[in-house]
Amino acid sequence: MSSVAKIIGQRLLLGLLTLFVISVIIFTAVNMLPGDFAQAVLGQGATPEAVAAIRRDLGLDQPFLVRYWSWLSDMLRGDLGTSFAQANFATFTGNESQAGATVMAQIGPRFENTLFLAGVTAMIAVPFAVGLGILSALFRNSAFDKGANVFALTSISSPEFFLAYVLILFLAVLNPILPSLSNIYEGMGMGERLQRTLLPALTLTLVVTAHMMRMTRAAIINLLASPYIEMARLKGIKPMRVIVRHALPNALAPIINVIAINLAYLITGVVVVEVVFVYPGIGQLFVDSVKIRDIPVVQACCLIFAAAYILLNLMADIFSILSNPRLRHPK
Amino acid sequence: MTRISRRGLLRTGAAAGVLAATGLPLRAQQAQRGGKITVGLSGANTSDNWDGRTHSDVYMISAAQGAVFDSLTEVAADGSLVGELATDWEASADAKVWTFNLRQGVTFHNGKPFNADDVMESIALHQGEDTKSGAKPLVEPIVEMKKTGEHQVQFTLAAGNADFPYLMSDYHLLIYPAGQIEEAIAQGIGTGLYQVSSFEPGVRFVGTRVDSHYKDGDAGWFDEIEFIAINDNTARMNALLTGQVDAINRIDFKTEQLLKANPSILIQEVTGNQHYTFPMLTNIAPFDDVNVRRALKYGVNRQEMVDKILFGHGQVANDSPIGPANQYMAELDPIPYDPDQSKYYLKQAGLDSLNIDLSASSAAFESAVDAAQLYQASAAPSGININVVQEPADGYWSNVWIKKPWCACYWSGRATEDWMFSSAYEEGVPWNDSQWDSDDNARFQSLLVEARAELDSAKRRQMYGEMQTILRDDGGVVIPMFANWVQAHNTRIGTPDQIGNLWQMDNSRMAERWWVA
Repeated sequence: MSSVAKIIGQRLLLGLLTLFVISVIIFTAVNMLPGDFAQAVLGQGATPEAVAAIRRDLGLDQPFLVRYWSWLSDMLRGDLGTSFAQANFATFTGNESQAGATVMAQIGPRFENTLFLAGVTAMIAVPFAVGLGILSALFRNSAFDKGANVFALTSISSPEFFLAYVLILFLAVLNPILPSLSNIYEGMGMGERLQRTLLPALTLTLVVTAHMMRMTRAAIINLLASPYIEMARLKGIKPMRVIVRHALPNALAPIINVIAINLAYLITGVVVVEVVFVYPGIGQLFVDSVKIRDIPVVQACCLIFAAAYILLNLMADIFSILSNPRLRHPK
Repeated sequence: MTRISRRGLLRTGAAAGVLAATGLPLRAQQAQRGGKITVGLSGANTSDNWDGRTHSDVYMISAAQGAVFDSLTEVAADGSLVGELATDWEASADAKVWTFNLRQGVTFHNGKPFNADDVMESIALHQGEDTKSGAKPLVEPIVEMKKTGEHQVQFTLAAGNADFPYLMSDYHLLIYPAGQIEEAIAQGIGTGLYQVSSFEPGVRFVGTRVDSHYKDGDAGWFDEIEFIAINDNTARMNALLTGQVDAINRIDFKTEQLLKANPSILIQEVTGNQHYTFPMLTNIAPFDDVNVRRALKYGVNRQEMVDKILFGHGQVANDSPIGPANQYMAELDPIPYDPDQSKYYLKQAGLDSLNIDLSASSAAFESAVDAAQLYQASAAPSGININVVQEPADGYWSNVWIKKPWCACYWSGRATEDWMFSSAYEEGVPWNDSQWDSDDNARFQSLLVEARAELDSAKRRQMYGEMQTILRDDGGVVIPMFANWVQAHNTRIGTPDQIGNLWQMDNSRMAERWWVA
């Protein structure tokens, strides 16, 4: 097991380095966008004096490197900072300590919502996709296999908002079964919360199914040609059992990898779906913050997205190692 | 002291006390208490809060001034000014000293009784050197605020302003409890009809009706109101179509037919003061020549703009920003689309043809680039070659507006003539987007100051009429159209016959004025 621990350690260190590079890229990129927070917030009222006042209050008049360093050093102390919007509001009241909502407090509930949506989607999509993959491997080249493939490829090829509107049309407008708005909020019962989350979760399921299903199918079919499977068949084991008992365990590594990538996508790539269904997740917050150039929030969101990718990939590697005795006990 | 008469009605004293009688007689018969309205609104942001100084869009205006807080005065649906926390007001003969009598027996949601201190502290929030309040120019002229009684406040202005009570109805000027303002801003404690029961910035606001209120019987029919933040046009329309919200603001004209086809949805449309403009910098050649400006005024097909840019949801404007929601809108002779006239004025300017850039971006208004292209096509026959420059939406207001010689812009309009003119047409003000000053027209600037302190309604009408004519003929802003406020609600909701046209969603007061049918 020590090799696993070593891999985890190495990966975590590399992950930290990646996060650092990402923070530099994002800070530079946001800085290069036309307009800044002061201009974005003031809009039509952006007189030179007002812009200068806000810049001075928020320290936006400092040189680029100074701003980056102060952000980074706060960050290393575990302080994600206060969003410009909140800090600007605090200068209104003239009481900086009243700033209240930090980036952490702003992102926290939104991120929970996003995780909830990702969780519900994963619970539907993973069994569905893997099951479909196994079945289409079992009945490969049959009408079922082809039908499943066409369905999965069609849904992954359509833009998310289109799938969302198709689902809204059939499940909310023509047959009012599910609500088209997914505005969940604190204090909402679990049942209602699930019901409201179902439409976006189904949309995302359609988006991520194809990748996982086809990988499952391909990995299993690939193994079906190996001698030990042939042996199992010759012993007279039923096809379903051959696949589930003999082929699947060996095909797990690539499948887990694909699942991990798709889970990461569910956290980072749901912006469009959140907007269409008015779901209060981190994606909407991210878009809002980019719009007003609220760098602390944008940075925090990006780091969360990057961390989600790094951690899920790491987990995928760990699970593939654990699922493979040859990797677990290297010579 | 003189009693002020506005809009031909005596809006002070006893008149303001009987709000219902001055408002809408039908309302009292149809409306009844009870039920809930859920509204899907755009313009919400995660940085939203209860600080009136930061409010700028329909979501927070509807939640704050439209539900939780009150101001001193209120613009009724018919455009008249009625008292909210003030019952009546009086001015000195020079319109410099204003005395407001305040409503008695009003309490804040936390139980604190309302009095003159609350008004003074709340107004003071917008004063001071480095305040960033949007209402700073409105309260800047106040040189002294005096508590002349437990329920009376006296404002002394630097110069006379007959519209002062109107300015007090601005959505930034909310009244907070004195001594507890920070707490009130943090929690949303006002004197309004609804108190905050849940507020998630950029997501959702729920308000519950207070048990007893001074507007009982006149407004505030719902037991509960819920505003859901839906910034996406399509999502907002879907929410209305599937019945998850009862009303939405800002209909997308392209999909309006879908809403019209649904018998349980009613579309509401009013023409107010919102106008789309093309300001030219009159201190820069060639726009410093009035003949060039006139050539451009005759070179635009205004009706075509209303038809193609607004899909008919608007009204032709004639280069004056004073619209149907203003009191003294003049019946100006329209400026026709006339390439020959345009050519004539170009010749007067000593030019055979003119090559100019027109900067536009969706930041100005949604189809500003299309509008600029229409302008390009309609001006071409007169020898004016407009080169449409598509600017990035980001930083448009800082880098293009009032910087580039000619660009696209929009104004949501103002309740009074003086307010509009002193925001964008007075010499030296920061938003004077045509750099219009006394070098261009000294008469306009002197009329502007004179009319401000004039209390006689007939004289004001005449002065404002003349100013609008000056702007039409010589002004530096091409204003081709007024854009309607278009919103929709389902048949579950009842609305008064007259809907406010100053601002969208019944002047953002649907929570007060509408009811469950």
